[in-house]
Amino acid sequence: MSAEELKQLKPGQSPHEPEKATLEGKNKFLGFWFFLGGETVLFASLFGTYLALKDSNLDGKPAEELFGLELVFIMTMILLTSSLTSVYAIYHMKNLDFQKMQLWMGITVLLGLSFLGLEIFEFYEYVHHDGHTFTSSAFGSAFYTLVGFHGAHVAFGLLWIVTLIIRNARRGLNLYNAPKYYVASLYWHFIDVVWVFIFTVVYLMGKVG
Amino acid sequence: MSTAYAQKNGFFAGLWDYLTTVDHKKIAILYLIAGGFFFLVGGIEAMLIRIQLIQPDNEFVSAGLYNQLLTMHGTTMIFLAAMPLIFTLMNIAVPLQIGARDVAFPFLNSLGFWLFFFGGVLLNCSWFMGGAPDAGWTAYAPLSTTSPGHGVDFYVMGLQISGAGTLIGGINFLVTIINMRAPGMTYMRMPLFTWSSLVTSVLILFAFPALTVGLFLMMFDRLFGANFFDPSMGGNHVIWEHLFWIFGHPEVYILVLPLFGLFSDIISTFSKKRLFGYSAMVFATVLIGFLGFMVWAHHMFTTGLGPVANSIFAIATMAIAVPTGIKIFNWLFTMWGGSIRMTVPMLWTVAFIPSFTLGGFGGVMLAAAAADYQYHDTYFVVAHFHYVIVGGVVFGLFAGLTYWWPKMFGTMLNEKMGKLAFWPFFVGFHLTFFIQHFLGLMGMPRRYWKFQPDQGLEIGNLVSTLGAFLMAIGTIIFLINVVMTTMKGEKVSGDPWDARTLEWSIPSPPPFYNFTQTPLVRGLDALWVEKRHGNGKMTPAEPLGDIHMPNNSFIPFMMSLGLFIAGFGFIYQVDDSSFLILAIAGMAITLLSMFVRSVKDDLGYHIHKEDLEKGAGSE
Ligand code: HEM
Ligand SMILES: [Cu+2]
Repeated sequence: MSAEELKQLKPGQSPHEPEKATLEGKNKFLGFWFFLGGETVLFASLFGTYLALKDSNLDGKPAEELFGLELVFIMTMILLTSSLTSVYAIYHMKNLDFQKMQLWMGITVLLGLSFLGLEIFEFYEYVHHDGHTFTSSAFGSAFYTLVGFHGAHVAFGLLWIVTLIIRNARRGLNLYNAPKYYVASLYWHFIDVVWVFIFTVVYLMGKVG
Repeated sequence: MSTAYAQKNGFFAGLWDYLTTVDHKKIAILYLIAGGFFFLVGGIEAMLIRIQLIQPDNEFVSAGLYNQLLTMHGTTMIFLAAMPLIFTLMNIAVPLQIGARDVAFPFLNSLGFWLFFFGGVLLNCSWFMGGAPDAGWTAYAPLSTTSPGHGVDFYVMGLQISGAGTLIGGINFLVTIINMRAPGMTYMRMPLFTWSSLVTSVLILFAFPALTVGLFLMMFDRLFGANFFDPSMGGNHVIWEHLFWIFGHPEVYILVLPLFGLFSDIISTFSKKRLFGYSAMVFATVLIGFLGFMVWAHHMFTTGLGPVANSIFAIATMAIAVPTGIKIFNWLFTMWGGSIRMTVPMLWTVAFIPSFTLGGFGGVMLAAAAADYQYHDTYFVVAHFHYVIVGGVVFGLFAGLTYWWPKMFGTMLNEKMGKLAFWPFFVGFHLTFFIQHFLGLMGMPRRYWKFQPDQGLEIGNLVSTLGAFLMAIGTIIFLINVVMTTMKGEKVSGDPWDARTLEWSIPSPPPFYNFTQTPLVRGLDALWVEKRHGNGKMTPAEPLGDIHMPNNSFIPFMMSLGLFIAGFGFIYQVDDSSFLILAIAGMAITLLSMFVRSVKDDLGYHIHKEDLEKGAGSE
């Protein structure tokens, strides 16, 4: 890494893929894909556990009585949209338009925050109205672990992107931070994909029983 | 930091250097020291177990302590000794073998080490905090979930932290090997050690997250009242067995594959021949890696999966014998007609072949699902896995450390002493473990504190313990050799073995930037090609220029320390919720360190061309 790479990128004098223009960038890019491979195994293991335990609700409400699809559907829409907005951000990165990239990243964060807020609300409802807790049955443990792991990923992703936005606000886009933005958006898509599976396997399949 | 290569003096400066280093060669040394230490700890635990079993009805250690020793021996040997020592070898050799200046993520390399280290220390703190884990290294639920005290909690937290370190290390080597090879170093020219490190890293990437999840579930059950493994609350403990072995079986290949690669390099070096069947070897390595993921349930034949599942897993397991057999024959054919030098690394390698093969036979016997009902949880199993783990991994570690010692330290372990260490270890190994096959067939169960008199088990156990003492003697001689070599400090050349691969084309120990100019690779066994067809030196692939280097950093240490503190907090909040403060404080240290890392630019520094010409960094 050199001072050269910290120089602000401007449209017109661009490498077309600023996230992969340096060796560091290439390494980050590839390493992150591998990391996501590991994350896939992590979530696959959690899904397997959930599927094995989803009917072990003892005296508690079973999944089909518990889940309300309206809220989860709204959450899904919000998160899918946030993936789209982060695509816009990366699109602007490729055109070296830093301000627009920051803006779209910011919108992504807002959407992510509202998703997280709704998830907390959802958990609160289950605990206080349905007596469905982490310790009430194996179903409860498996549900909160799987969905909660996803929620924790969302929270971590938000912290990460906010840090990026603030840290780079005044310096613009360069070959040093471009890979960082790129990788953060990959992470965000991954979170979104996992949610699609949760929506299907936990909520939709839970509803049909 | 542009003067970082100006040598600093003094103990504390040296210590600080190691606490903050991001140089893969120094990290290799850190792994060696920590892994070597834990190897001795695990060895002492093994000796205590064997002393307890020297005669029937022995009262040398109590039943409870026995369980702790047994659990910690297995856990320590696998996670805290074998794994890190393999990372020693990968760190010293992989970047050099592919002609790279560094690994892909030097900072993460250091983080990986410190996570492993603090996880290991946390695990061993249990000895002083009311008792070590006692549910076996496999920690089967519900034995583990109901084990009183905090022992198993230390197991859960310690392994979680050090496992994260391993995962990071695996990703690092994957990217290094794929992205940082010197010009001309195509995949089919990579030395086999690098190849097998690549496959191993893939296995780490896909195996360790399953353990992570298992440990999380166990943590939630034990520390936060979840019910994953509690049948009375709807839980199911077979889930733990699956998660554990989805990780655990690939783990044994993670341990042994890099050493298969190493043996290939050693055999071709000391037979002065190109490896026989190079591409078949690569293919076999990849195939073993793949099959390693398909067979985890052979540890669960007696769990009641049913005959269909058992048959499938039995056949998949036996299939691994095919690529393994290919490897064995290729090693033999490489030696065939070669001009063999019986150096110490070669000695360990040659001893490995029949030892490991015997272990493999035991494995095929165990894989016969119906017959496993007889062997399961007897000493036959203990004999089998020590044959492969000691006969493969430990022999390999001795071979590899001796082989690369000059590269790491610039001095050469004494050959006579090396052979003196080899013989008692080798003989002791077979004495200890061969007879255990028969103890097992005679019905002696695994993990039992005592055996009964008059069942014909006395002689076997006595011989086994005596063998273990011989191994201990071998290890001690090896240690003496290390100390004496270090004190003598005789310098050796860059290529003391007259070897074939790139790491031997630069001085020993290498300058911290490895290659002054990136070499141009013109064939398999790059250095040998130059010895045969060139002037014996690598041709540079680039003009002499400035070299970019990463800065040292204390952050990896702080991040790991934070998790270590948080670990205590999580464990003890069960007794008193005010310990949650400790958990939060620890997590805060870690997150803050991460935060600092991400807002502070770490641009590294350059070594200038002029300084390189003056020989900066080389000793
Ligand atoms: C070199 C000298 C060694 C000796 C004398 C030794 C001895 C023993 C003994 C006596 C047991 C207990 C068997 C039982 O009662 O069930 C045992 C278990 C075990 N050993 Fe070793 N061992 C040695 C090296 C190793 C190494 C290098 C590894 C792995 C890298 C290893 C991994 C294990 C494991 C995983 C267990 C099973 C623990 C359990 O059942 O939970 N051992 N060893
Ligand atoms: Cu296995």
